[in-house]
Amino acid sequence: MGTLQLTPRIITLFIGIALVLVGLWVGQNVNLLPVDASVNAPLYDQLFKVLFSIGTTLFIGIVGMVVYSLMRFRRRSGTVTEGAAVEGNLPLEILWTAIPAVVVLFVGIYSFDIYDRMGGMVPMHDHSMAGMETMHEPEASGPGQKTWAGISSVSVEGQPPVAAVPIEVTAMQFAFIFRYPEADIISGELHVPAGQPVSLRMTANDVIHAFWVPEFRLKQDIIPGQPTLLSFTATRPGSYPIVCAELCGAYHGGMRSTVIVEPPEEFANWVAKNSPVKATPASATLIS
Amino acid sequence: MTTSLPSPSSGPVASEHSAAESTEHHPDHRLFGLATFLVADGMTFAGFFAAYLTFRAVNPLPEGAVYELELLLPSINTLLLLVSSFTFHRAGSALKRDDRPLCRRWLLVTAILGLSFLAAQLKEYFSLPFGLTDNLYGSTFYAITGFHGLHVTLGSLMILIIWWQSREGGRVSSQNRFPLEATELYWHFVDGVWVVLYGILYLL
Amino acid sequence: MTLSTPSNLADTQEHLRWQRYFGFSTDHKVIGLQYLVCGFLFYFIGGALAGALRTELLTPISDFMPREVYNEVLTMHGTIMIFLWIVPVVNGAFGNYLIPFYVGARDMAYPRLNAVAFWMIPPAGLLLISSYFLGGASQSGWTAYPPLSLSTAATGQVIWILSVLLLGGSSIFGAINFVATVLKMRRPGLKMMQLPMYCWAMLGTSILVLLSTPVLAGTLVLLSFDIVAHTGFFNPAMGGNAVVYQHLFWFYSHPAVYIMVLPAFGLVSEILPVHARKPLFGYTTMVYSIMAIVFLGLIVWAHHMFTSGTPPWMRLFFTIATSFIAVPTGIKFFNWLATLWGGSISLNTAVMFSCGFIVNFVFGGITGVALAQVPFDIHVHDTYFVVGHFHYIVYGGTVFVIFASMYHWYPKVVGRMLNEPLGQLHFWLTFIGLNLCFAPQHWLGLNGMPRRVAEYDPQFQFINQLSSAGALLMAVSTLPFLINVIWSAYRGAVAGDNPWNALTPEWLTSSPPPEHNWHGEAPLVHEPYGYGLKSPAAS
Repeated sequence: MGTLQLTPRIITLFIGIALVLVGLWVGQNVNLLPVDASVNAPLYDQLFKVLFSIGTTLFIGIVGMVVYSLMRFRRRSGTVTEGAAVEGNLPLEILWTAIPAVVVLFVGIYSFDIYDRMGGMVPMHDHSMAGMETMHEPEASGPGQKTWAGISSVSVEGQPPVAAVPIEVTAMQFAFIFRYPEADIISGELHVPAGQPVSLRMTANDVIHAFWVPEFRLKQDIIPGQPTLLSFTATRPGSYPIVCAELCGAYHGGMRSTVIVEPPEEFANWVAKNSPVKATPASATLIS
Repeated sequence: MTTSLPSPSSGPVASEHSAAESTEHHPDHRLFGLATFLVADGMTFAGFFAAYLTFRAVNPLPEGAVYELELLLPSINTLLLLVSSFTFHRAGSALKRDDRPLCRRWLLVTAILGLSFLAAQLKEYFSLPFGLTDNLYGSTFYAITGFHGLHVTLGSLMILIIWWQSREGGRVSSQNRFPLEATELYWHFVDGVWVVLYGILYLL
Repeated sequence: MTLSTPSNLADTQEHLRWQRYFGFSTDHKVIGLQYLVCGFLFYFIGGALAGALRTELLTPISDFMPREVYNEVLTMHGTIMIFLWIVPVVNGAFGNYLIPFYVGARDMAYPRLNAVAFWMIPPAGLLLISSYFLGGASQSGWTAYPPLSLSTAATGQVIWILSVLLLGGSSIFGAINFVATVLKMRRPGLKMMQLPMYCWAMLGTSILVLLSTPVLAGTLVLLSFDIVAHTGFFNPAMGGNAVVYQHLFWFYSHPAVYIMVLPAFGLVSEILPVHARKPLFGYTTMVYSIMAIVFLGLIVWAHHMFTSGTPPWMRLFFTIATSFIAVPTGIKFFNWLATLWGGSISLNTAVMFSCGFIVNFVFGGITGVALAQVPFDIHVHDTYFVVGHFHYIVYGGTVFVIFASMYHWYPKVVGRMLNEPLGQLHFWLTFIGLNLCFAPQHWLGLNGMPRRVAEYDPQFQFINQLSSAGALLMAVSTLPFLINVIWSAYRGAVAGDNPWNALTPEWLTSSPPPEHNWHGEAPLVHEPYGYGLKSPAAS
């Protein structure tokens, strides 16, 4: 075999491979996200890494092209030349239409797969609340009031589905109030058991708010007049901020709370300690 | 530079083109501009209709709220407007033939039809069992019909002005038909919107 | 270039008489400059407001201004920058100045309507600012989401609505003029596919304005009814629906992004070929991609509402439609790269700003495709990630192009060159400032800082200070620019009629141009980008 000739094509190929490798490395090793504390957070991080890799590859590639062109094809001072009179190139145009289309299609399908695994495509029936509406005083809502989709609960992979802990969230200027209907607890902080799905039914009293826990990678607007649902399964015990993400007035920046993820036993203790209902069957089933 | 600088044509110098000449040079594009504007205006209605249909789809009326419409008056109104489009068209044709008296007669008929529409609309407003702020559907109904009514009011005024201006010695003539043609285009648009409105608000 | 005959010198002086700029002139060049100067005045106001926001955010607590005022300032900053700076300048200013030249006309199709459209802007702007002194400006953000906008600062909110309605009307009148001028006012013999790219960009933009702005206008009228007449369209407490407002609002306000960037795409397409001495690469695909962006731009609005409780099918549709905008946009960027490739590039300030635009916009575009993905967006929606993203698009993108255009067309308008070293200083300060200010904001958003807050988690203080330092740098960067613009008007090197040896029609007359644009017949330019071709066809 003769010596490998460094034709422009081969150089381009090498640069392309190097770019992809750099992109992959950056995507995998540069962490820009807070800790993951829910079942869907690692899924989100997986998507983030893919997008970050593709984005880095594209960005470095295009910026490299710009900088290289500016240096390589710079007009020396004093010279007066015209560039090559090339007006277009159909194969090239097709190439750079097709490649982004394929990339975008891949990203779209992949992100929907992630979304599906997060529980975004599970139809919302508001089932966990259906019974309680009759048990407890239903809110002053019109007939046929609709609830609006957030993200449904998904069970931890490899474990049988567990009944979700129902929690009612009320947002107002400028606080969140959490109500555990089964144990009849009202709290300013959200306590949730690790490893067990939680189902939030959220209503707003005045303006639009949003429930956001960055460590859960979850957000859902809380809209007056139309309750929204959000389910998640927390995984990592600890305290994480709950942030209102929708401008809601002067103290919007101060509208924060805390979600405390506890091991199931501690959560059960917390419920038992705070519940005015002594040893209700509801709270007992809640722990099991 | 290797290219020679393309020199501007060595044609006649600027003084040949006086201001008046250069601005009056091109053909009249005013009707085109009006049509473009009507596209935009139509989108305002489209937005209102979209809002109304969405309200109907997702926001049920609370119990006890009243939202009922009679069909008779608006149906008559639809007829009035459709006929007025036709009469306006006759006025336009008459002006083209330089038959000013006939044109003015048709214009007057059109204006009367337009004003009758407004009167009927007002009568409907006063006989409806709900007010502007009573419920969501009612509010949307008044907003849309009111916005359309403003269009009819403006159109009727313009028809009356053209009627006045098309008198002997007025500014509208077979040589200067733009005011009439523009108003006619606008009037057909307002009629078209009403037909859609009638379908969505009353029939659906 | 022996055009400076005595008669046209007098003509030129007439054109530059300053009094004309304060009156109801129907000359498209005067109107263009009115838009430009007016826009820059509001840019400095909006910039000062941004400075106030970044000062407040130096510390995690709210200590620089009252919280209500902070919300007023952020609302005013957004509204001014969008409606009084970027939209009027990138459409009104450059559109009015350039389009008649490009189609070979002596003025726009409707000169008086044009003047009316401009003169709606200063009153609207003053009205908007006056609301601060009339009981407080709007506090609900430039999005004015109800029910918040129904419960805060009623007077300020109504004034805000009136002002935006006026500005929307101005924008619609402008669009009517652009559509008619591009389609109907072309010099005989000039075909659509021979027009400079900016004409296509303005045609596309104007279509978007005509189809989407009226929807916003109607929506804001309903919103004002909710405030003034106590109807309940968007007020859930009265049986209304707050999410419908969001749909209608974004039906305008997402296309508004393209109303802000498509003209910038057009301007860059004019600047790069001249300084690279190469034809614009892929003219036809550039035209088609503009039209594709216009079409797709109209059907992607709900990607702003992924957390608003939209049903899954809607999320699926809007994710895919939004992602696909990346394809025609990508085509444009690859074509610009190909235009640069193999050129003979002059590294002047106009080119630097254009390339800065490419770099910034690609960054903003990549984060934009990420934001289009529902699961990604759910985490970062309404956070500083989004703030960083759209500032890369509108500032790093459009404002960079406005500056590039200033350096490119200043000699056309004034007849003198802008100073190059000052220009380079301006570019680097702006470029570094922008990236320092907005890149860290992406991290803030990912890690838990929502947007529109006056107080935040103390762990974010350092990154916020970094961002504020970038903002300071951007503020400083306007100084060399201002000095340059003023100094060069009197002392700049005399440009001659065509300092860049450009082939687009606006350079084929004297600089500054005479009252009615051409000395004699308008030139017929079949190849506006015919650099390096045998015979640049200008008759």
